[in-house]
Amino acid sequence: MQIEIRFFASLREALGQTSLSWRTEAATVGALRDELTARGGVWAEALARGRAVRAALDQAMVGDEAALRDGAEVAFFPPVTGG
Amino acid sequence: MVAPEAAAGAQRRASVSIRHEDFDLSAEVAALRAGIPAVGAVCAFVGTVRDRNEGASVATMELEHYPGMTEKSIEAMIEQAFARFDILGARVVHRVGLLQPQDQIVLVAVSSMHRGESFQACEFLMDYLKTQAPFWKKEVTPEGARWVDARVSDDAALARWGIASGNA
Repeated sequence: MQIEIRFFASLREALGQTSLSWRTEAATVGALRDELTARGGVWAEALARGRAVRAALDQAMVGDEAALRDGAEVAFFPPVTGG
Repeated sequence: MVAPEAAAGAQRRASVSIRHEDFDLSAEVAALRAGIPAVGAVCAFVGTVRDRNEGASVATMELEHYPGMTEKSIEAMIEQAFARFDILGARVVHRVGLLQPQDQIVLVAVSSMHRGESFQACEFLMDYLKTQAPFWKKEVTPEGARWVDARVSDDAALARWGIASGNA
């Protein structure tokens, strides 16, 4: 399936991009993160397990178990610091 | 704008604004309670840019957010506040972009018939916003620019309301 991925803040800077159109076989947000990590280089470093990375699916905070669907908008970002 | 769900006889006012421009506390409070004579209390919190953080002086601060999700997430928080507390109105303004020390960053204002509900709902909304709304602060210090770290104490603050948060 085809999805749109967005990156914010320090993660956006580390990866050097704000968004990515991505064809994936991953069934969940967690599996997608692992798929991106497997690209190696800055991807492996910025998204590695153990790093504080939060995710949103269709603009709502979710955990690793959230199921992807075709056309979904997924975002990865560091812990939020507003207010 | 949060969809108005008229609870029996209650007038309800709720809105969110994410923007670069500053806000006027007096004007915001006046708008929140205008034409709603049942209001007997307004509690407003204003967050501002400190000139120091984590032992360093802060020259400027830049706020990034996730357009679309930011508004949706705060509207959902306001829905929760209306469900939990007997309040009449809520207004949230959050600035983004480049800010200087002493600038206003955020306003959370809540109106109700009696003060207790406004005090509680205001703190609830701030605790929620700190850990669940997609904003990120980057500050410029003499050592260079750095992203601000999330605080575990902010997750603990939200936990007081019975809501688990694993942000920091």
